[in-house]
Amino acid sequence: MGRYVLRRLLQLIPVFFGTTILIYWLVWSVPGDPFAGKCGERACPDSYVQFMTDKYHLDDPLPIQYFHYMANLLTGDFGQTFGGRDIGGIIAAAYPNTIKLAFVALTIEGVIGLTAGVLSGLRRNGFLDNLVLVSTLFLLAIPTFVTGFVLQFLLGVQWKIISPTVSGDAPISQLIVPGFVLGSISMAYVARLTRTSIAENSRADYVRTAVAKGLPRRRVVGVHLLRNSLIPVITFLGTDLGALMGGAIVTEGIFGINGIGREVYRAIVTKEGATVVGIVVVLVMVYLLMNLVVDLLYAALDPRIRYE
Amino acid sequence: MSNVFVSEQSEAAAAGHPSGRLLEVEDLRVEFRTRDGVAKVINGVTYHVDAGETLAVLGESGSGKSVTAQTIMGILDTPPGFVTGGEIRFHGRDMLKMSAEERRRIRGEGIAMVFQDALSALNPVFTVGFQIAEQFRVRRGMSRGDAKKRAAEMLDQVKIPNAKQRINEYPHQFSGGMRQRVMIAMSLALDPEVLIADEPTTALDVTVQAQIMDLLAELQQERQMGLILITHDLGVVADVADRIAVMYAGRIVEEADVHELYAKPAHPYTLGLLESIPRIDEKGQQLRTIKGLPPSLLRIPSGCPFHPRCPMAQPVCAEKVPPLLQLGPTRASACHFAQDLVSRD
Repeated sequence: MGRYVLRRLLQLIPVFFGTTILIYWLVWSVPGDPFAGKCGERACPDSYVQFMTDKYHLDDPLPIQYFHYMANLLTGDFGQTFGGRDIGGIIAAAYPNTIKLAFVALTIEGVIGLTAGVLSGLRRNGFLDNLVLVSTLFLLAIPTFVTGFVLQFLLGVQWKIISPTVSGDAPISQLIVPGFVLGSISMAYVARLTRTSIAENSRADYVRTAVAKGLPRRRVVGVHLLRNSLIPVITFLGTDLGALMGGAIVTEGIFGINGIGREVYRAIVTKEGATVVGIVVVLVMVYLLMNLVVDLLYAALDPRIRYE
Repeated sequence: MSNVFVSEQSEAAAAGHPSGRLLEVEDLRVEFRTRDGVAKVINGVTYHVDAGETLAVLGESGSGKSVTAQTIMGILDTPPGFVTGGEIRFHGRDMLKMSAEERRRIRGEGIAMVFQDALSALNPVFTVGFQIAEQFRVRRGMSRGDAKKRAAEMLDQVKIPNAKQRINEYPHQFSGGMRQRVMIAMSLALDPEVLIADEPTTALDVTVQAQIMDLLAELQQERQMGLILITHDLGVVADVADRIAVMYAGRIVEEADVHELYAKPAHPYTLGLLESIPRIDEKGQQLRTIKGLPPSLLRIPSGCPFHPRCPMAQPVCAEKVPPLLQLGPTRASACHFAQDLVSRD
């Protein structure tokens, strides 16, 4: 097990270089002038452009630029934006908000999705089951930005139950509705996955054995059936958390949350190449680590799976 | 161990139940309501088992032997399966009329079951120790530690080496034979009065089969349990069974003491089964078989369900269902020509 984890961690190194090269190359291949419109109405003075070009090594060939960038990155320096802001600082300020939003979304997905899935899986074709099937179909069919704008308008503007936008420090209470919006599609998916898993496993031989042992129904369901049925669901939730940690450009945009998704979007639009690369590198690493955690969790949940 | 059902037995006797038998199935009828129609899976099965006795229930796949067992245990899948008639009496009380809670209490403690495929019947994500100890904890209110100790003792009783260490292993870490031993240990944990073993050796190697059968026979002797052994293998039952009930198309077609049945079958189907056993003195010859296939339970033939495959069939067989008639103190046959079969040499 220890060797497996070590091997997986070592695999991160080539992935790290691969993704950074790819992203670096992609970002700088986008046509356009990073200094266009930087100086208001007029074009930027040549002296300023010259100064910035020298400062950021923009005239060097791309591999040399990449080399400079990596040398700094490996010492923990993400570099600066063209405006002189520290990119590490931007990430540090925005990431906690994204993580908070991700956990709120994940909690909503887990609690509502699992409950709905278990209840409908146990009583298939009942009223609740049909309700869950129809409502999840509905959620799956609506894009996030529609759910987001509709809830923001109804709850925030029309009925004034919530504040339509989230304040700078993003308290959890204000993140509940955005979290619901962000998690709605996965929540529907979790409900359906749980339902199928429960329905399938409730016919399994070991459930019949548990009944034949004379165990009370709540123990048959709560221990024997649930433990097996939750394996695929928990793996899905783990992978989804990895994706949620990557920031939510749409949801953060709608509710004005100062998160990583919004920062990366802003950096792409303003051609802040170094910012884009810095953020994406962090996101890729987080995603890979989350995947490792999911794989380890999978082995912990299902003893038949062993990594050597 | 003292048992709650002992007192119920005397009550039942006092209530005037003539038999005083441990477990009795009488005229049980079960049907499966499927999309293609109603399949009559059990059509009036009657058998019984007493303490210390082994009844073998023999039949081809689809003859209803497993469904009968599932109905006794109360683990029939409903839907599609529905009990449409009959009684299952345990200590004289009809279990089909009991509340769900009462039936649950009988499971494991009164009647327990060993399933065919231990790999799928054991829960893959819990250790075998947990799965055995669970019964002591839930049903006997034991502490975690005591229950675990008892679980190790159970594994010891079914002769699993290193029981203390092995209770911490998962079902997939056991070999097929050892896994079936775990299954047996689990079913015996609460000291049941009746054990139903549903093809306990079918999924195993031939050499391991014999070991498991010996173990079952030994434990049954020790505990004086009633054992219902469901099988399709005549060879398996010869040594361990006291009585044999042969099932065909959801009916008992013959019931007899094991020696009587082997010596002189009173039903053409039993005769066919016995003749299809490979014999050492007929080496090199073609194996005899029963021609045809078991009937579809959606369309059971008129009259005797075996008549389309029966070498002795007469016109009467297609018209009248032969009742299960008593031929002697311990044997009965459902064939119009049972007397002829028994009296011929």
